[in-house]
Amino acid sequence: MKKFDKDRVLLGLAAPVLSVLGALIVTGLVLLASGKEPFHAFHVMLTYGSKSDSQVYILNKATPYYLSGLAVAIGFRMNLFNIGVDGQYRLAAFFAAAVGGSMSIPGVIQIPIIILTAMVVGAAWAAIAGVLKVTRGVSEVISTIMLNSIAGIVIGFFLQDGRLGVTDKLANTITTKPIPPGSHLFNFTTQTDPVVGFIVFAGLAGVVYWFVLSRTRFGFDLRSVGRSDSAAQASGVSVKKMVVVSMLISGAMAGLVGMSTLLNQSYQFSTDFPAGIGFTGIAVALLGRNNPIGIAIGALLWAFLERASNGLEFEGYDKEIVGVIQGAIVLAVVIAYELVRRYGLARQQRQVGAELAAAGSDDKQEVTA
Amino acid sequence: MTATATQTPPPAAPRAAGGKGGRTRLSVPVILLIVAAAIIVVSAVRAIAGADDVTSSGQIAGALTGAVPIALAGLGGLWSERAGVVNIGLEGMMILGTFFGAWAGWSLNPWMGVLAGVLGGMAGGLLHAIVTVTFGVDQIIAGVAINILAAGVTAYLAKRIFNVGKAATEGGTPKQSPPIEDIKSFTVPGLSHWLSTLEKHHWFLISDLAGIVGGLVTNISSLTLLAVVLFVATFFVLWRTSFGLRLRSCGENPVAAESLGVNVYLYKYVAVTVSGGLAGLGGVFLAIGTHFYLEGQTSGRGYIGLAAMIFGNWRPGGLAMGAGLFGYADSLQLRSGSDSVHALLLLLAVLLLAMAIWKYVRKAYVSAGFALGFAVLLAVWYATTDTVADEIVQASPYVATLLVMGLSAQRLRMPKADGLPYRKGQGG
Repeated sequence: MKKFDKDRVLLGLAAPVLSVLGALIVTGLVLLASGKEPFHAFHVMLTYGSKSDSQVYILNKATPYYLSGLAVAIGFRMNLFNIGVDGQYRLAAFFAAAVGGSMSIPGVIQIPIIILTAMVVGAAWAAIAGVLKVTRGVSEVISTIMLNSIAGIVIGFFLQDGRLGVTDKLANTITTKPIPPGSHLFNFTTQTDPVVGFIVFAGLAGVVYWFVLSRTRFGFDLRSVGRSDSAAQASGVSVKKMVVVSMLISGAMAGLVGMSTLLNQSYQFSTDFPAGIGFTGIAVALLGRNNPIGIAIGALLWAFLERASNGLEFEGYDKEIVGVIQGAIVLAVVIAYELVRRYGLARQQRQVGAELAAAGSDDKQEVTA
Repeated sequence: MTATATQTPPPAAPRAAGGKGGRTRLSVPVILLIVAAAIIVVSAVRAIAGADDVTSSGQIAGALTGAVPIALAGLGGLWSERAGVVNIGLEGMMILGTFFGAWAGWSLNPWMGVLAGVLGGMAGGLLHAIVTVTFGVDQIIAGVAINILAAGVTAYLAKRIFNVGKAATEGGTPKQSPPIEDIKSFTVPGLSHWLSTLEKHHWFLISDLAGIVGGLVTNISSLTLLAVVLFVATFFVLWRTSFGLRLRSCGENPVAAESLGVNVYLYKYVAVTVSGGLAGLGGVFLAIGTHFYLEGQTSGRGYIGLAAMIFGNWRPGGLAMGAGLFGYADSLQLRSGSDSVHALLLLLAVLLLAMAIWKYVRKAYVSAGFALGFAVLLAVWYATTDTVADEIVQASPYVATLLVMGLSAQRLRMPKADGLPYRKGQGG
């Protein structure tokens, strides 16, 4: 029995190790093909990426990635593909910034109001896809892609002088009104740049995610719908209700994605607000296998790669190689997990078969004896 | 011909026949009548609202240019999904098409660019096939991964290739290729000129027809013609040959197909690779149309193509219509057509009114009431404003897709085994 457990641990480790190796091989081949030496590049990335200012950068970058990964993972656990996290967090951050800029009350009250606004807007935008799915049978993949585009246009409509935007004469851009200093969220000071305070909330969100999904009846229902909606329906779970509720939660989580930037860094929403984190979240959730700790590792890895690739520029490499590494990792991870899963299944079948055969021969002996 | 062919694999036969029976109620003359009625209504609205750009040849030509890449991506999706493989990776395959098309198009000639772009897209498709068919990875996840990988690889290669040496001196940057030469385009001689004079008179119906036809016969890129040929060819290959029947049977019931001796893996491989090639061609069309490879040039057209395909109920005709809708809206936006959209509000009000009457006659009083209510709202909106915000123009194709899918999703029927992983011999 003990040997069996060791094998399972090995199997569990096999997938991540295989995929990182696979990604490194692919990247190395691409580098070689473009006439560059790969091992030095990896070395440069490691040393540059582990410097102390890089560490701060990585933590700050990983915070929104983590939240985005969680938002996507909630859908994944239910077999829902919320491709719309991108639109949800941008719309949420925009309206939260507008609300935050229009008020000037003590931060203790205002910060929660801003965060709540973001969660409500994110949830409402995601709910459109959920309701369309359960009432009209529209695939959430398509509706969320459409909603992403529409979200961008809605922001473009309101982010104009005279609507919710003001012209920033210095930078020559249009932004929302800046959030007053009293409502800036705390930061952790370090020897280099500060670490965003919102990282605490991201950690909390991870704990809540873990608790709700694996320790409550609701989480059980959600996962059972993901495994088999007909079985869940038969055991009394309303699948339609679960679809809408999980889209709401996923959207609310997506609403938090932009908050570390808004409350800790930019204090306003302008046209250069980070975009595309929703898609990063899909990759991060895949890397983390929808597990709260796994997603954290995925988010940190993603941020590390982005930071480390900057160091390559000084050594004559192109930092764009990071896109190749990231793509290769995601592809390698999904393949590796599928292969390991298949191998594990086959092994289990062999084992059960062997045990049954042994039991069968025992029976025979008893009969003959 | 199909009837005899469909009888060979018994499980597929009733479904194919049923699907066809539901469709054939709209015979060719009826469709032509509907088209004619639509043109008359549109030209009436055009004349009343005085928004001449609604049916101008420039608008129509722009719509065609906008529709072709979306249609090609959608056609790629059609091949893949008819064989049971969902292909979100179309976007990435289009990106590969734009890059390789621009590379070969600049360094060799545009037609070599077309070839290279198609091959680039096919490579993406082949990768998708390996990951989903051989390894059995979830198809949507694999597609997302391919999109990330394709964007990364092209960004890296673009910097390595377009930012150095000869390319850089000719205007290449890390995010843009040096210019590509034009590809041959065709104009029907005489007809095009005559139509454009007709169009300038702004006569009711005649000028509208002249504008629409004129847009379709003036300066048509050879790639547009190729796309039209590919649409017709796809229809014939998938619905009129035994190869197509087997391919579609892999998307409907792979176990049954396998039991009849169809090599399901092979068919899926072929379908997904062709799918990538078509998406790649869509990418080349974009690159050659703008004369550049630009980073982020596809801007989600692969996804829109997928939406157009679903909109078209996994059929080439419907897909072409969906792509046309997106292309038209694209063109409206490019020509800053807020006047046109304002006029289209009136058109929509008229259509809703017609729907209300239809529903009333069919005794569906609630739907009739809703349709009438929206018609009145739109008419009031039209009457009280002179123009609409640009953002509404931009959002119209996306909102239209959501509305159409919301209204018709239950009538759509996707291939039965679409998106399900399939293992050889899983039927037992």
